[in-house]
Amino acid sequence: MILQTIMFYLFALVAVAAGVMVVSARNPVHSVLFLILAFFNSAGLFVLLGAEFLAMILVIVYVGAVAVLFLFVVMMLDVDFSELRSGFMRYLPVGALIGFLLLAELMLVFGSWVIAPGIAGLQAAPLPQAAAGISNTRALGDLLYTRYLFAFQMAGLILLVAMIGAIVLTLRRRVGVRRQRIPEQLARTRAEAIALVKVPLSSGAVIERVHGPQARRAGE
Amino acid sequence: MAVGLGHYLTVAAILFTLGVFGIFLNRKNVIIIMMSIELMLLAVNINFVVFSVVLGDLAGQVFAMFVLTVAAAEAAIGLAILVVYFRNRGTIEVEDIHMMRG
Repeated sequence: MILQTIMFYLFALVAVAAGVMVVSARNPVHSVLFLILAFFNSAGLFVLLGAEFLAMILVIVYVGAVAVLFLFVVMMLDVDFSELRSGFMRYLPVGALIGFLLLAELMLVFGSWVIAPGIAGLQAAPLPQAAAGISNTRALGDLLYTRYLFAFQMAGLILLVAMIGAIVLTLRRRVGVRRQRIPEQLARTRAEAIALVKVPLSSGAVIERVHGPQARRAGE
Repeated sequence: MAVGLGHYLTVAAILFTLGVFGIFLNRKNVIIIMMSIELMLLAVNINFVVFSVVLGDLAGQVFAMFVLTVAAAEAAIGLAILVVYFRNRGTIEVEDIHMMRG
């Protein structure tokens, strides 16, 4: 129990410190790395809570995909980030004020809030008892593939749409790049590809007539 | 001193506030703003999971998973838009982004 408490404070403190560094780091690459640290520590909190599957998903999806995507974009964009920070100190007071207000409001809510007394029997999907020996992953899978199957498929569809959207948005046709054009190659006929020339003795071949882009390119 | 619901909610509240704070602090940098949004979504996820465990209801964890899905999709689309915008304009300053204005 004491170990659990120590681990909670460790994870919580590191997560909050990493969160502070995400918003205040000078270099966006450091921001992304601190974001990864925050995600890892939140995954630790999930493990402490007994939500192992979500913890692992958090590490895989956020750290493995989203954070790496951020890192890739930060490094790819050739932007002067120091210039983007020019208003930093100017926005600090109002940002701190609003942040403090929000935190105070949340704390007020936490202070005056209770769980409704009759809630005990109202669970949509009760957690499996620890004695039953059903792991968190299995319980979640039992639920996800039966009752929430439609929502699960919708989530997959959202991801598919996001993937197609990202590809369509970033796809571009560069001009001046020589690509293989397969239909053009397949549509070529013998007549426009080959020219039989009678070469007189001791004078080079003169190609009179050429067809098609390939032949023209060779003839130039 | 056992760790209870309030402790986790406090951590989530602090993380959420940091996200809001980050949006105000880095008003010009879209990338940091998107990272702040991810931080806020993470705080929301912590709330979902801790309530799921405390109330003994697995539906909260299912919902947290859907939040994760939408967050991943949002990050992918947002960064794609950012890349296209940077390619066209050579800047990612928020104040310059008014191309859709009529």
